Amino acid sequence: MAEKRTYEVIFIIDPDVAENEVMQLSEGVQKIITSQGGSITKTEMMGKRQLAYEINHKRNGTYVLLEVEGSGAEIAEVERRMRVNDQILRYMTIRVDEMRRRADKLKDRRARKAAKKTAGRKASKAQAQTEPEEEESAA
Amino acid sequence: MSSNYEDRDRDFGFEREYDRTMPRGPRRMMRRKICRFCIEKVDLIDYKDVKFLQSYVPERGKILPRRISGVCAAHQRMLAEAIKRARNIALLPYAAD
Repeated sequence: MAEKRTYEVIFIIDPDVAENEVMQLSEGVQKIITSQGGSITKTEMMGKRQLAYEINHKRNGTYVLLEVEGSGAEIAEVERRMRVNDQILRYMTIRVDEMRRRADKLKDRRARKAAKKTAGRKASKAQAQTEPEEEESAA
Repeated sequence: MSSNYEDRDRDFGFEREYDRTMPRGPRRMMRRKICRFCIEKVDLIDYKDVKFLQSYVPERGKILPRRISGVCAAHQRMLAEAIKRARNIALLPYAAD
């Protein structure tokens, strides 16, 4: 379990919470993560925006996005805390390191395919050039 | 004989789309759809990019089928995943009325 994982934690804060409290809340979340051994690599306050559907009879919410590096234990802890916090309307954690690895793999594969294609074209060209020579020598 | 068939197609061309039991005439001209993501070499579709995802979510809030959008299977999977994630955190609706 020493493996490092990267997560993206996104959560929605109640729109009725005051702005300075929003900051406090997000700092509190970050503190929980760091105290559990995780590290925060990115924070983004996405600001208040309209929800696509009502959550707890609320139509708006403040979105906060965190990128966390760690073992996964801090995610469990922070999710447990968010679950009981009424000011957090919704949260979602996504593991992004695997996603990014997959994307890199796709990129690699495409690069290799492209290389193969050009190589194959060269080879067939070379073959086309050598063939008539063989015919000539046979004749 | 062939001209006869053409006449029939002209008459029933509209209905043929709905009635599969009609004799099949010459195929309707259809432009070959190509995957937009493959052309742009997209490896990752971000669930936070709401404006972009919305182009694949018609009014009703459903995911646009790939037989209409022409997206390839691999990218449609990525797209569906991203849309479902966006729905979970209320960036996109589950269903709109």
